Amino acid sequence: MATFRKSDAVLEARNLNKTYMQSSGFFVKKHKTIQALNNVSLTIKKGQTLAVVGESGSGKSTLARCLLQLQPIDSGSVLFKGKNLATLSAKELKSVRRDIQMVFQDPYASINPRMRIKEIIEEGLMIHELGTTSERDKKVRSMIKKVGLSEADLVKYPHQFSGGQRQRIGIARVLIMEPQIVICDEPVSALDVSIQAQILLLLKELQKEFHLSYLFISHDLRVVRHIADEVVVMHQGKIVEQGTIKKVYEKPKENYTKELLNAIPGGRFKFKLN
Amino acid sequence: MKKILEVKHLIVSPLSSPRKYLVNDISFDLYPGRTTCIVGESGSGKSLTALSITKLLSQQLKQEGQIFFKGKNISSLSNDDIRPLRGKSIAMIFQEPMTSLNPVLTIGDQIKEALKVHFDFDKKLLDQKVASLLNDVGISSERISSYPDELSGGQRQRVMIAMSISCEPSILIADEPTTALDVTVQAQIIKLLQQLKKEMRMTMLFITHDFGLVEDIADDVIVMYQGKIVEKGSVLAVLKTPRHPYTKALLQCVPDAKGIKKLKSIKYENLDRELVF
Repeated sequence: MATFRKSDAVLEARNLNKTYMQSSGFFVKKHKTIQALNNVSLTIKKGQTLAVVGESGSGKSTLARCLLQLQPIDSGSVLFKGKNLATLSAKELKSVRRDIQMVFQDPYASINPRMRIKEIIEEGLMIHELGTTSERDKKVRSMIKKVGLSEADLVKYPHQFSGGQRQRIGIARVLIMEPQIVICDEPVSALDVSIQAQILLLLKELQKEFHLSYLFISHDLRVVRHIADEVVVMHQGKIVEQGTIKKVYEKPKENYTKELLNAIPGGRFKFKLN
Repeated sequence: MKKILEVKHLIVSPLSSPRKYLVNDISFDLYPGRTTCIVGESGSGKSLTALSITKLLSQQLKQEGQIFFKGKNISSLSNDDIRPLRGKSIAMIFQEPMTSLNPVLTIGDQIKEALKVHFDFDKKLLDQKVASLLNDVGISSERISSYPDELSGGQRQRVMIAMSISCEPSILIADEPTTALDVTVQAQIIKLLQQLKKEMRMTMLFITHDFGLVEDIADDVIVMYQGKIVEKGSVLAVLKTPRHPYTKALLQCVPDAKGIKKLKSIKYENLDRELVF
């Protein structure tokens, strides 16, 4: 691991705080404040994968949404290459959004069933008014091949694809924008283990080719071990531990991290499986 | 060892297209006190196999072949005749605890339901039994009048387990019981199931797609692919020295916690060529 330099950072979050109000009760409303993010700071470095692990309710998806400015934060700042996103104008923010893209968990819910694959992949370019029709067409054709589908698939609709193929479409849609950072919110947790391996390998391959930085959100510590360089462990809105994969997995300091690692199934047999 | 359950040439196909085999002529045996895991990807037929055992398949599906429970053919029984077996001799736990519980009944009432069907207990005895069951699965008996939505996912699954063990079944079929749960909660539930299995000397048929879980709990493993059993054997044999190309390829896809394994994706084209059914 290279020593940390400020210039390595592409995205930085500083002291993010976010609270939600939760109401319960039908006739008599009870309100409860939930601290979804509690003083969260992290740095995503160029060409690296930072994983955020935690159980449901730990605040990891809220973190993703706050980094993308899809949800307002209560306090703190998000810096993209040193620029504070909160101070940008709507126009500037739009251009930053090109650089920070997101792949979602559920490949069935995150792509529009009424659009053809070509339109889905091209949409971002249209919104940002990039390239002429023929340039866009060329880009879409090359991108669909990059993610392991074929040009013939471009005229099809999402329902004609399996979950893994849809996730590939989701990835193509994101990468065509030539982003610097891709936030992956549980991108493989809805997929079968064989498909999961395909998508993980694809993400790794594309990261090398395009020098991408990933923020990889997952609850599966086995997957994280295989894809990430560094890891942040979240629990109840707080970061309880962070560091390189090797350090956190082999010498966890916090009890919560140890508990998570101990709960990973497998390991009854001491031999290296297959 | 004496078999407790024998499945012989089980075939499941849709009534509308009877030649499309969702489960394609599979046979296997369960032995008393052992845990057998069925692993496979979605669509491999593992859940349909589980449902076929107590004839719980949808009306749209046709089931053929024989199933023997303690030597008695139960596949030819009518719906009315197989009911006394369901829950009492062969119980099931499903994946999604919220959808398997009734949201408008308290958990106490739901646990009582199975007991009322199979036994003739009076009210006081029922209450005692429910309290002790809740205790067994690690839920305070004060929660007897809670509704499912007041419980967490893990607690709901504990309630499901309490219901399934209430009649002390000889076989417990668990269909991905921990898939919807967080990893720490999953570990608790697995520990609970293991402990109950031992105390009550149950036979378990556990359906999962997680090879980590298989490693931890299975005695025997059945690997399914496209409705067929491609490999079966003891857990050590299947995991350490898999013989079938699909099992080998599937194991290559599973990330390990130590990060030493190099992931490889399955080349289905090659696989289909190698597969000789």
